[in-house]
Amino acid sequence: MKKLIVSPAPHLHGKETTKSLMRDVVIALVPSLLVSVYYFGFSAIKLALVGIATAVLVEYVIQRYIVKTKITINDYSAALTGLLLSLNLPPNSPWWIMFIGSVVAIGIAKMTFGGVGQNLFNPALVGRVFLLVSFPVIMTDYSIPSSWFREGIDAGSGATALSIVKESLAKGMTMDQIFSQNDFSYAQMLFSKIGGSVGEVSAFALILGFIYLLIRKVIKPHIPLAIVGTVIVFSGIFWLIDPTHYTDPLFNVLTGGILIGSIFMATDYVTSPMSNKGMIIYGIGIGLITMLIRNWGAYPEGISFAILILNACVPLINMYFKPVRFGKGVKHG
Amino acid sequence: MTTTIIFTIASLSLLGLVLALILYFTAQKFKVVEDPRIDDVETILPGANCGGCGFAGCRAFAEGCVKADSLDGLFCPVGGNDTMKKVAGYLGVTVADKAPQVAVVRCNGNCDSRPKSSNYDGYTSCAVMANLYSGDTDCRYGCLGQGDCEISCDFDAIKMNPRTGLPEVDEEKCTACGACVKACPKFIIELRNKGPKGKRIFVSCINKDKGGVAKKACAVACIGCTKCQKVCAYDAITISSNLAYIDYNKCKLCRKCVVECPTNAIWEVNFPVRVPKRETADVEQQ
Amino acid sequence: MSKTFSIGGIHPKDNKISVKAAIENFPVMETAYISMSQHLGAPAEPVVAKGDKVKTGQLIAKANGFISANIHSSVSGTVSAIELMPDLAGNLVQHVVVKVEGDEWDEKIDRSPEIVREIKLSPSEIIAKIADCGIVGLGGAAFPTHIKLSPPPGKKAEFLVMNGAECEPYLTSDYRIMLENPEEILIGTRIMMTALGVKKAYVGIEDNKPKAIKAMKELCSKSYRDIKIVSLQKKYPQGGEKQLIDAILGRQVPSMGLPIDTGVVVQNVGTALAVYEAVQKNKPLFEGVVTVTGKCMTEQRNFRMRVGTTFESMLFAVGGFPKDAEKLVSGGPMMGKAVARIEAASVKSTSALLLLTEEETKRKPEGNCIRCAKCVDACPMGLEPFLLNRLSRAGRIDDLEANLVQDCIECGSCLYVCPANIPLLDTIRLSKASVLKIMRSRPKK
Repeated sequence: MKKLIVSPAPHLHGKETTKSLMRDVVIALVPSLLVSVYYFGFSAIKLALVGIATAVLVEYVIQRYIVKTKITINDYSAALTGLLLSLNLPPNSPWWIMFIGSVVAIGIAKMTFGGVGQNLFNPALVGRVFLLVSFPVIMTDYSIPSSWFREGIDAGSGATALSIVKESLAKGMTMDQIFSQNDFSYAQMLFSKIGGSVGEVSAFALILGFIYLLIRKVIKPHIPLAIVGTVIVFSGIFWLIDPTHYTDPLFNVLTGGILIGSIFMATDYVTSPMSNKGMIIYGIGIGLITMLIRNWGAYPEGISFAILILNACVPLINMYFKPVRFGKGVKHG
Repeated sequence: MTTTIIFTIASLSLLGLVLALILYFTAQKFKVVEDPRIDDVETILPGANCGGCGFAGCRAFAEGCVKADSLDGLFCPVGGNDTMKKVAGYLGVTVADKAPQVAVVRCNGNCDSRPKSSNYDGYTSCAVMANLYSGDTDCRYGCLGQGDCEISCDFDAIKMNPRTGLPEVDEEKCTACGACVKACPKFIIELRNKGPKGKRIFVSCINKDKGGVAKKACAVACIGCTKCQKVCAYDAITISSNLAYIDYNKCKLCRKCVVECPTNAIWEVNFPVRVPKRETADVEQQ
Repeated sequence: MSKTFSIGGIHPKDNKISVKAAIENFPVMETAYISMSQHLGAPAEPVVAKGDKVKTGQLIAKANGFISANIHSSVSGTVSAIELMPDLAGNLVQHVVVKVEGDEWDEKIDRSPEIVREIKLSPSEIIAKIADCGIVGLGGAAFPTHIKLSPPPGKKAEFLVMNGAECEPYLTSDYRIMLENPEEILIGTRIMMTALGVKKAYVGIEDNKPKAIKAMKELCSKSYRDIKIVSLQKKYPQGGEKQLIDAILGRQVPSMGLPIDTGVVVQNVGTALAVYEAVQKNKPLFEGVVTVTGKCMTEQRNFRMRVGTTFESMLFAVGGFPKDAEKLVSGGPMMGKAVARIEAASVKSTSALLLLTEEETKRKPEGNCIRCAKCVDACPMGLEPFLLNRLSRAGRIDDLEANLVQDCIECGSCLYVCPANIPLLDTIRLSKASVLKIMRSRPKK
């Protein structure tokens, strides 16, 4: 008689694995990667490769030689962190910046907490913020490197739309003056040649990735929509009050890291809340803090800080915002 | 410059003083009067907080000792007689010596003698497995081998042996706290007297099936043949529902039953090697 | 638009590969092993002795205690032993072993094929009859039906909800009886409506069974206007009684509550057929429809099978044990029990014998929880399986109770979806049992 397998129910299992989910996120980033290669050429490829290789290598070394646990580099999560970080750097960053960022992201933000699933903060963002405060000059130099695909790009401004606006406002200019001096049309922002980090260049490509993730049911729309909604409402109020000193809502959504942050960073499974209600609260919090930093903070962009701050609140959010329980609040009988 | 420093020092000192006063008065106001002897008894105890005494932790046990009139029925298995004597000496009462105990695994069926009849594929936990079915061998009483006892042990004294698939007790480390006894869903582990110089004899099986069924499932099962009972001169062995049990209070360690057992289910531990040597008896010593 | 329940749920592939197999009678075996513990509650007390002659349908064990059920012989022959034998999980249960001689039925049983439509008995007579015939819920839990049909004092049933969802993949036994015996099911439903004194009943059927919906709807529109057929979306666990009530009536049973708290009694369509046969035809529950299926098998069958048939003989009847089958499951793949002993025998509520291959069923190694919240989205009770799992492993009973572990219906959706293959339900089931034990030991307020 053959030995039968005996196990508790259920006896069937779904097809999704950690690996397949992470791979889907990587696939969703491909459009953005392609656009950035089109605009920034070799530089974008270089950053992505260095980022992924370093992240995977650091994870391997730590798991193999330091903590001596199961190696999990096959599940794409380290590669995803490296890729995301590379898309969050200025296109002209040197390779060693990427290297340091990846080491910090995996070594400090992920592995010290116990590896995949255990980290409190989004590793890619920790890497980025670490670089931003350690190397402020390099990290805010958005000059565009020469590209194989496009020559004679009207480059050189070396600044993002948000920082241009911020600096100009500080000089006492009004919005009309700023917009007349710079070309900030929405079409430009959607398909973009406005300065920004590698992955931010095309809002359209990011939205394409978002749609892919939704179709594959990898993420739910709650967090991105809550963030974007909050940004629109918040900036809309100030814009309506004083259009000469505040940018309009659409400008706010399309520039900077709102889209890449809300679609790929804030929705990171490990560092986002579990219930729908919690996700909305989390999204609103990120949107609010981002706009506070943008309007009144020292940095032109604040979504990285906003996400990290809300990451810290996630355990609390999980504790207080539970899913809708069956049989609660419904009249019986 | 200097004024800033002076102001800083002065304001911080003031703040410290005010907070200290608040703390002092709060402590006075909400002071809980407690028998100071509890603290002292607690320092005598080993501080393992294992719960082996039946109390929630060492402090609860200390409180129990101080409040009780005599120390009868109160025993710290970790500290043993020495600790109890110290406690008794401190509290000015007497305490009777208790024979030291040790956890004993009463299953003998390793991978060879008790072949697997199904493959368990679930959470590695004896409790989950016992809830699901009678076990992955044909013996419904035997060890499930998922190691709940190992997890329950605070003292690192019980370990699963991957070769036999059975837990093994480290006599030196075992404090007889009873955590593994509670953790085992099959009630295989028993606390028994350690015996003189650690010598003890026990039936390493709890299979209550009829002899034929038990023997078919496991080569080293107790088949309830009553041979050991007949050979025992001290009336220490009882047989109920096809299973022999040796009363450790009556056993005089004569070792006659060990030789008599046809399935090697009776184990002797810490005895000098005898000729002809019995293999199974020495497994635990190795 | 088909209805469905409001929270959670999963969509496993339904794999109903045995839908086309008409119900056939399973040959009567040589020896029947009739378990005394075929229902929830106390085992029944045998009333026959070794050497007695029994007929098919004769009472062989009496209900023992309030929650228990009568057991009848499924074969005719001589009682050869009354002894402890392993059930499918290897635990010892008392069995009456009957050596089969011919197939002589008890003369009270009406074996004619005519459908008896008129209900002559009063509600209390119906319930007594159902209890006599040992009817239990055939949806899986095997709760004695006569108790479910007698609501506790102070509670009044408003509706009867019939479960024809058959949301478990692979199973087709309910589908086949809805197709082959639709009128008997509706009469059985009416009998239970009479017993409960309710005016309206609903039959929920998932829309992957359009033929059954059509057959039942046609009958209802003709002569059973007080019974409404409700088409439901295909979603697991639609057949859970709380989910079914939510889907059909939009009412939610409160935490720790029973369906009767919302004025509803839920019964399975298989039970309705058994009730019809008991009340109208005097036939006790001793046989049922069992699907024998699996991807590794060449043919898929639906059998009408006597209680006490061993799994071994079922396998034998379909051509032996397929080479690549690694797991036998009694019941559906989501909530059924794995068979550890093939010499164990079927019981009243056995609805299927499912053969799974290693590829389908083997668990993959457990990984770290990535907090993807898939389990939270899948849980039909709105619980947080990832959290309950963590609390269970830490043994934090108070927190488990605060997070409603006792509401878990053990449907297995969380474990099904988990991308990290964490044994969520294994640990939750264990802690649920200990929490319920503590809750029940508390003095009632």
